[in-house]
Amino acid sequence: MFLRELSELPGVSGNEGRVRDFIREKLSAWGIRHDCDALGNLYAYKGDGATGAALNLMLAAHMDEVGLMVSAIEKSGHLRFYKVGGIDEQFLVSCPVYVGNAGIPGVIGAKAVHLQKKEERGKPLEVDNLYIDIGAKDKDDAAKVIKVGDYVSFAARAATFADTFKGKALDNRAGCAALLEILQRDFPGSFTAVFTVQEEIGSRGARAAAYRLNPRMALVVETTIAADLPDVEEKDQVTLLGKGPAFTLQDDSLIVHPRILERLMAVAQGKGIPCQFRRFTGSFTDGGSISQTREGVPTGVISTPCRYLHGPASLLCLDDWRNLVEVVDGFIDSVMAKGL
Amino acid sequence: MKEWLTRLTAAFGPAGREEEVRDLLRQELSRLGETDVVVDDLGNLIVSRGKGEDKRIMVAAHMDGVGFMVTSIEENGFLRFAPIGGIQVHSLPGTRLKFSRGINGVIGQEKIKEQKALDFSKLFIDIAAAGREEAEEKVQIGDTAVFAAPLVQERERFIAGTMDNRAGCAVLLETIRRLPADLPQPVTFVFTVQEEVGLRGAQVVAYRIRPHFGLAVDVTRTGDTPEPQFKTAVSLGKGPTVKLKDNSVICHPRITALMRRVADAQAIPYQLEVLEQGGTDAGAIHLSREGVPTGALSIPCRYIHTPGEMVDGNDMENSVSLLLALLQTAW
Repeated sequence: MFLRELSELPGVSGNEGRVRDFIREKLSAWGIRHDCDALGNLYAYKGDGATGAALNLMLAAHMDEVGLMVSAIEKSGHLRFYKVGGIDEQFLVSCPVYVGNAGIPGVIGAKAVHLQKKEERGKPLEVDNLYIDIGAKDKDDAAKVIKVGDYVSFAARAATFADTFKGKALDNRAGCAALLEILQRDFPGSFTAVFTVQEEIGSRGARAAAYRLNPRMALVVETTIAADLPDVEEKDQVTLLGKGPAFTLQDDSLIVHPRILERLMAVAQGKGIPCQFRRFTGSFTDGGSISQTREGVPTGVISTPCRYLHGPASLLCLDDWRNLVEVVDGFIDSVMAKGL
Repeated sequence: MKEWLTRLTAAFGPAGREEEVRDLLRQELSRLGETDVVVDDLGNLIVSRGKGEDKRIMVAAHMDGVGFMVTSIEENGFLRFAPIGGIQVHSLPGTRLKFSRGINGVIGQEKIKEQKALDFSKLFIDIAAAGREEAEEKVQIGDTAVFAAPLVQERERFIAGTMDNRAGCAVLLETIRRLPADLPQPVTFVFTVQEEVGLRGAQVVAYRIRPHFGLAVDVTRTGDTPEPQFKTAVSLGKGPTVKLKDNSVICHPRITALMRRVADAQAIPYQLEVLEQGGTDAGAIHLSREGVPTGALSIPCRYIHTPGEMVDGNDMENSVSLLLALLQTAW
């Protein structure tokens, strides 16, 4: 399992190179044919390309993570930034980060609480009130190592405790790790696993990838919200950690194809794997853009439940991840045996 | 057409679960002797007339309607849900629903401080279950429901909870029935899926068919009620509309001109439509591949996306007449 390595690599949307190189290295070592397109999507072609070619199954997991981008360098040497993807500013204060391809360490700062006016206290901080501090003396000093446009990623170290895994970018390195696990196994036919770019800013890579592959069906391997927290009502918890992989019914971008949903459920049941529904219909994944490609692609989404998604560090249950891999494995076998 | 409208409006078919509507249409198309009928991977029903790729017209009416999906089942047997498609939350408390498996329910509302605070999280569905266990025997997470509002008639007007867009489906079916075999150019009729969640069916089917022209047949809002919520010059009973613009499409001037010319020549009443909110399958069709000149014909409909969607039978008849005349004209 490469979750630890994948989690710690920087790969904010549009800057997925390090993640792509890591995966590419593995594919080369395992002798799996692969290539890249102009946008940076990485395609791994499993099997001989002939058996199961009519099925043309596409698996997809996005490589990119949410993060920040340097927008300006202040006279003082502090860096202003934009958000890349959906980030809640409240979580940013005091967060350690790495800036630029050189990985310059920094910390996100704000006016100290002592200096805040009464009306400022208790209000959530916005991007405009925050800056990245890399310890530079002034603008010139900062400009030696930083330029406007540099990407910024969270700096959380990965760790395991009990059967959980903590780290940054689990959305969606958990999906990438699952596809890498699947690619090491044997299957009776061929399929293509795509590691996509720029999902977090509107599923842009997957759109091009699906057009290129023109698949007959697709399964997106993702992470999804687990809001099983003490102060969240049961009806709003979406998914629960430890209760198995989650199947999407619908979100803002996709109504999951009924035959794919039924098959996923049948596979999980057949293998005796616990699973749950994603009890929420908002947000989007690569599933939406893939299903809308060309003449239409029956598409499903399976996710590892994950707490604190899009935050500096998130947490998943390794048993859910392992069970997700088993359901994906069973799904591939099943569609290869009897179609959809 | 009334019998078809009755059956089509009774069929279960929220976006993504159009099977029952599709099966009904397929059966009727087969009875009409249509031979070139296929269903694509996402469930669009495609009926082609005439051979050749020359100047093919795609005429689309969506099968799906708005609906509701169960997102969780509570300890006390009440269901939480999410809307499928654009539904105004304030119209919902007290509304009766039916589920695909024939279960009935009604929407209830939690206590709220002020009416403005009403949102979907404050609503639930009551299926008369004593507790979670009993509810789970009847309904599962992911099950869908639609308005329980079967067709009724007052004078020449029809009311049903699924008029958007079974009225369009009935008009298309009647057009197919009366359309002669000899046509100036080939036509492909499509009963599309998932319009209400973003024109998704029409997008992929237009890619498949590669039409030269597109025409969507759907319902549209009217502005002929007291203090109307939506400003539009369209009235019930004054004929189908020639759509000029909505949020999804600016209709191609060549097609709107053709529609008006044909309607004038045949003395078919029509109205011009500019819809400030909302879209239709034309929005997806006209952006397919290299672009497709596309227009839309709408059936005026009051109270869209509520259980009380109301259309006028004469508007439907005139819609069929205009479509028949259009498809027998060289484009």
